[in-house]
Amino acid sequence: MVLGQTTSRISKFLQKLFRKRRSKIGIYGPPNAGKTTLANRIARDWLGDAVGAVSEIPHETRRAFRKQDICITGSNGHSITIDIVDTPGVTTKIDYKEFLEYGIEREEAITRAREATEGVAEAMHWLREDIDGVIYMLDSTADPFIQVNIMMIGIIESRHLPVIIAANKIDLPDASPQRIKGAFPQHPVVPISCIEGQNIEELYEKMVQHFR
Amino acid sequence: MMQGIQIDLISEERLADLTSMERIRLILDRVREGTIVILERGLAPEEQSRLVEMTMQEILPDGFNGIEIESYPAKAEETHLIARLLGRKPPTRLTVIGPANHIRMIRKDKDLISAWISTG
Repeated sequence: MVLGQTTSRISKFLQKLFRKRRSKIGIYGPPNAGKTTLANRIARDWLGDAVGAVSEIPHETRRAFRKQDICITGSNGHSITIDIVDTPGVTTKIDYKEFLEYGIEREEAITRAREATEGVAEAMHWLREDIDGVIYMLDSTADPFIQVNIMMIGIIESRHLPVIIAANKIDLPDASPQRIKGAFPQHPVVPISCIEGQNIEELYEKMVQHFR
Repeated sequence: MMQGIQIDLISEERLADLTSMERIRLILDRVREGTIVILERGLAPEEQSRLVEMTMQEILPDGFNGIEIESYPAKAEETHLIARLLGRKPPTRLTVIGPANHIRMIRKDKDLISAWISTG
């Protein structure tokens, strides 16, 4: 019996020692850029299920969600196995009154705002402690030069994390992925439409190349 | 009595003597009281990350609702060789931080930040 326990312990130790650690890839960006839509698309394309709910109300995602063991294969046959972490939109201010404009009752708006603040704090903590690579999600119809984007890219660079910038919503008439390329020339920018699925394959190719 | 908004201009030397947490606390305490803080030299990326996290933890309904922050990016030539070898990014330059309900950034160029301040 003692021999059995010892063998089991050694076996667990060896498994722990040699088990391949999966990279955790965080999807970051400002609110309403399409982070959860992308996380859902990746999960559906490679696992067959979804991560979380989406809506036009900012801060719909108020907790970081991790989808584990996603194996993505590139056109050259190389593949990566990663965990995708969908994070709440990063901002420096949250006022519950903004939710009232969407017809949400005051009490629920206050609860949403509190959860959103916790979610942003959580997302920052994940970035400092646990994230191994980042897909930084931007809305191609919006100004990329806002301080939150500059600050977040600075934080990601200071941690030496590999980053791909996804310029989302290229299906919309005002989209300008070129403006995003101009704002962050030091990083690969992939123009995509998460809703239409446009150019998603190129994003997967870049993920296989950049993330380990 | 004269009414208005207090603006504190904090020198690089004043911040240099403080730890990261003391810097963030100093900024956040002032901004929560309604003061606009202008730093001669900005915060490191790690400090910015913690500032956002702590700001979120202090937001209250009908009270403090967060910060506006704007800064000029660091000049590439300010990155010293040793810092580069260690992979450190230099801190940002002049930085404006204020309570989100009193200050709104209206324009930012590479050499101009324009803000609108409300006393109401």
